[in-house]
Amino acid sequence: MIFRRDAEATAATRSPEQMQTMMNYWREWIGGIAAQNKLVAVGNRLDTAGSVVKPDNVVTDGPYVEVKEAIGGYSIIKASSLEEATELSKGCPILSVGGSVEVRPIIPMEI
Amino acid sequence: MQQDQLLPHLFRSEYQKIIAVLCHYFGFEHIEAAEDIASDTFLTAAETWGIKGLPDNPKAWLYTVARNKATDYVRRGSRFKQKIAEGIFAEDNYEAEIDLSDQNISDSQLQMMFAICHPVLPAEAQIGLALRILCGFGIDEIAEAFLSNKETINKRLFRAKEKLREQKVKIVFPEPADIVNRLGIVLKTLYLLFNEGYYSSCQSTTLRKDLCLEAMRLNYLLIENKQTNLPEVNALLSLMCFHASRFDARVDEYGEMIRYDDQDRMLWNDELIVKGRYYLNLASKGNGAGKYHIEAAIAYWHAVKTDATEKWENILMLYNRLLIAAYSPAAALNRAYALAKVKGKEKAISEAEKLKLDTNHLYHVLLGYLYTGVDRKKAVSHLQTALKLAKTATDKSRIMKDLEALL
Repeated sequence: MIFRRDAEATAATRSPEQMQTMMNYWREWIGGIAAQNKLVAVGNRLDTAGSVVKPDNVVTDGPYVEVKEAIGGYSIIKASSLEEATELSKGCPILSVGGSVEVRPIIPMEI
Repeated sequence: MQQDQLLPHLFRSEYQKIIAVLCHYFGFEHIEAAEDIASDTFLTAAETWGIKGLPDNPKAWLYTVARNKATDYVRRGSRFKQKIAEGIFAEDNYEAEIDLSDQNISDSQLQMMFAICHPVLPAEAQIGLALRILCGFGIDEIAEAFLSNKETINKRLFRAKEKLREQKVKIVFPEPADIVNRLGIVLKTLYLLFNEGYYSSCQSTTLRKDLCLEAMRLNYLLIENKQTNLPEVNALLSLMCFHASRFDARVDEYGEMIRYDDQDRMLWNDELIVKGRYYLNLASKGNGAGKYHIEAAIAYWHAVKTDATEKWENILMLYNRLLIAAYSPAAALNRAYALAKVKGKEKAISEAEKLKLDTNHLYHVLLGYLYTGVDRKKAVSHLQTALKLAKTATDKSRIMKDLEALL
């Protein structure tokens, strides 16, 4: 699951209580998935600032500003089908603040 | 204390200390010799004290006799001397080396704990060996605790010692680099040992309480040593204190289990609750919260006597964290229970049914509880399934009671 939301909206100030409440919503949603033994990795949040390296080693500040919805984080779950994984994503708190969840199957790869 | 009570009491507390010290010097390969000497010492005590009466200082008497017997053993056994590397027991100073001072006893017990909780042994072997060597339990008692029999336990212990011998496990303190790792295994064993006492279906409440107390005592040994006095260790002890505080309230006079909600709060041991909080505090001084921290925090809230929403909200959030850290069916079920307290039964039912733990009798007990007052037919159906799946007499009778209340 890849979580996206509007990069500018993310900068909005939130009080500590609101952040705690949001944190609780996340915990509850992920906890529900974990309770079904379908959580593989809770994943990470990603900072909005960063750098982007393009061909010819051109470096700019990132993330891509062309895409309005920056990736805020990712988690890894396991499900028997894409449909099931999609169902699980429906409770995600990011949806309540205008964000989205991109659900993509992992392709096992041996490097 | 009466003489006939004193020796069994001393056996329990001193046998393992003597063995730990002797093993430290003889090496694990000669653990049988250490066990023989220790047992022999107590046999001599039983015989002598019966005739001559109690010595002035029974403990010191035991230690002196043990030391003498060990010395004799070393002197006599030429085969023994061949096996031990030359020079470790220079003939003249072995007597001084068998040091039964408090510090050495503590150190030896800790070292023995690490040796027994060795990754090469399966968990139940570790627990069995810990009970025998570290806690001075008899084979009969261990068999009763595990709902097993003497032969099985003897075999298990024998194989465990063989394995440790094969691996040439030394009775030493792990290297600083290894301590955290090895400590993890020790803590797991203590956790399982406590679990045996807390959840076991063995009939003897005294025996089960002893298991819990032994787990706590061994945990305390780790706390007393600076190198092992780490946050995780304090968290585990906190957890054990909180759980142990309800020991007297969990079982009624007929040996039946009493549910958490139905327990008489007055029977909760306040002293243990206070201790639990004390160690939880110490545990918070480190960085990061491990599994035992979360469980201790949950136990802290369970030990709070009121039923405020805050209590169950916190418990729910902690179960979320626990499950995110590591899944376990028990945690999943407990989360659903907490969810019911916070958001009501309907919400909990929908979450619980996603768990799909159909072969787990506790799953059906939970659903039975959740459906009670919501859908009688489903409640009854789940409890009937639970009854079929339940394995122990105590569990079955508990479920039958619930069923009877509904029918």
